[in-house]
Amino acid sequence: MIEKTVRIVNRAGLHVRPASTIVKTAGKYDADFYISHEGYRINGKSIVGVMTLIAPQGAELLLEFSGKDEEIMCREITSLIEGGFGEL
Amino acid sequence: MKEIELLLNESDNWIKGIPAAPGIFTGKFHLFVKEEVHIEEQEITDVEEALRSFNDAIERSKYELSKIFALAKEKMGEKRAEIFEAQIMILEDPIVLDEIRTRIRKERRDPAVIVAEEFDKFIVMLKRSDDIYFKERAFDIEDIKNRILRNISRKRWVSRIENDVAVAGVNLTAADTILFSRCNVRGYITEEGGLTSHAAIIARSLNIPAVLGAHSLIERLNEDCCEIIIDGYNGFIIFDPDSRQKQFYDNKAHILEKVNSELAGLKDISSSTIDGVKISLLANIDVTDELLIAEANGAEGIGLYRTEQIIEETGEFPDENFQTRLYFDITEKSYPKNVTIRVFDLGGDKTRLFHKTEYNPFLGLRGIRFLLSNKELFKGQIRSLLKASFNNNLNILLPMISAFEEIEETKQLIKECEEELGLTHRKYKLGIMIEVPSAADLIPCLGDEVDFLSVGTNDLIQYSLAVDRANDEVAYLYQEFNPSFLRVLKRIADNAAEASLPLSLCGEMGADPRAIPLLLGLGYRFLSASPSGIPLMKKIILSVKISDCEILAQDALACKSTAAVETLVDKFFIDHGITIPKDFV
Repeated sequence: MIEKTVRIVNRAGLHVRPASTIVKTAGKYDADFYISHEGYRINGKSIVGVMTLIAPQGAELLLEFSGKDEEIMCREITSLIEGGFGEL
Repeated sequence: MKEIELLLNESDNWIKGIPAAPGIFTGKFHLFVKEEVHIEEQEITDVEEALRSFNDAIERSKYELSKIFALAKEKMGEKRAEIFEAQIMILEDPIVLDEIRTRIRKERRDPAVIVAEEFDKFIVMLKRSDDIYFKERAFDIEDIKNRILRNISRKRWVSRIENDVAVAGVNLTAADTILFSRCNVRGYITEEGGLTSHAAIIARSLNIPAVLGAHSLIERLNEDCCEIIIDGYNGFIIFDPDSRQKQFYDNKAHILEKVNSELAGLKDISSSTIDGVKISLLANIDVTDELLIAEANGAEGIGLYRTEQIIEETGEFPDENFQTRLYFDITEKSYPKNVTIRVFDLGGDKTRLFHKTEYNPFLGLRGIRFLLSNKELFKGQIRSLLKASFNNNLNILLPMISAFEEIEETKQLIKECEEELGLTHRKYKLGIMIEVPSAADLIPCLGDEVDFLSVGTNDLIQYSLAVDRANDEVAYLYQEFNPSFLRVLKRIADNAAEASLPLSLCGEMGADPRAIPLLLGLGYRFLSASPSGIPLMKKIILSVKISDCEILAQDALACKSTAAVETLVDKFFIDHGITIPKDFV
């Protein structure tokens, strides 16, 4: 299992499009994936879950990955979030 | 006071909302009440049957949404339709669906009850957010919940209505608005929503009136009301109008129709004054679809295309490819006419996206200042514009310029973008908005720096007279005929002529028929206004002489008070026998 802390950098925060990008990406991998924000923990493969994180710009998220492909999954998801979903 | 206000003051069978799309409608309405999906818990005898009914409901909901998605793409374009794609994803959310299925199995309860409970959890969470954007997403999830519940009970929503009626609702979702557009809907009225809601945009695209955000609308419609008038120019909704009100609006609609048909005849005639001075009339638009309306109204090009509307509607910054397609599309469709695209004008009252609160947003990080402090975002837009510029008909317009350095810095960014893209030939023109008093006095230095100027009267009045017109206490001081403000306009026109810079004027003053003779007299030759205002503007231009307008302007500049200018203007119209249906702009 890998844990990783990331910060939301894109201005509009985790709105619908970035949320769906995360979920679509996570869906490609087998590993389990959870996101926590201010104590609220959701399954990262759920669009409704990710939307209800209500994470604005600057929010700190804790990502947990566990499964065979956790490492590569962690890398791709982290770079998506840290790269601001291409919205910078 | 306007004639209509005097008339309405005599009775109370009306309310006022936000005039979100122009036009007049008199007739019947369809009160669209989203049927509260009522759940009566059924006892489950066969769990497999319950699961099947749930799965079928999901599939049917997905099918419905995919049809709406396709219709939305056609009516509003891909970007604005994205919202439906996200709704479809929610119907495919494995975690939510699995949880519901597991609970149906375990608890052996009615799927409808479990669906409602599961979705309500999320709705409550989103509604609790302080952020308007996330709050609004709660409506989207509620919409999906209701769609699933309805499909479980195998009911149909009536989105088919009688043809040719107006649709009223508390809040029309994007899906509702799109679906009604198939039944030749003639107007939209709602209790909630504003200028950038889906209903407003679609109404403008369809060229039908909309009055939104009209409080207590539904209550009033429920009081045995049979007929309504929608005045999309002034934001009035009148319930069961009396004979005088009906006559008034019939008369206005008639005049409007006459003006329109008169213009239809004039559409291809040049808008010149009696003494032969050509005045160019351009359109201000927010949505590419409005090009058709602009053209039908005789616009000679697009004087202002506001790009921040894209962000306002979708709640995010569009990516570069999307922007390139959008800008290319509009320059292509307008060709050979010119299109002036204003770069994102954010800040001031347009701060929804930003969590930062400024004590004085109108004097804060807005317009060009915001863009220069978000260079990557700005460069993305510049690159998109440059890529879309090869038709040679693109003007790029910078908002809120207050100092020379801002122009210099922007030009440096443009240069960087051109190098990145390997562009050597410049195929666009660069201009700035004159909406801050200091910019008016900057013009003499700009002859070799920019290609054109565009006066934004709304902000220029605010900044010149230090009046926030959204503040009811001082809004009366927001006066376009204030002689000091007219002197500012005069100085701008003189400075521009001296520097040989083309000058246009956009903003509401340009669309005010009463202001037109003054503006012509002050030296303005390019006016840009919302497409629906153009017919009247043209009518006035065709009935005046520049020499008379110049005398009027001279007299007005010598006035001490706004009232004195108003008197001069009224006299001008009477003396020249020009009547204007002045309530309709």
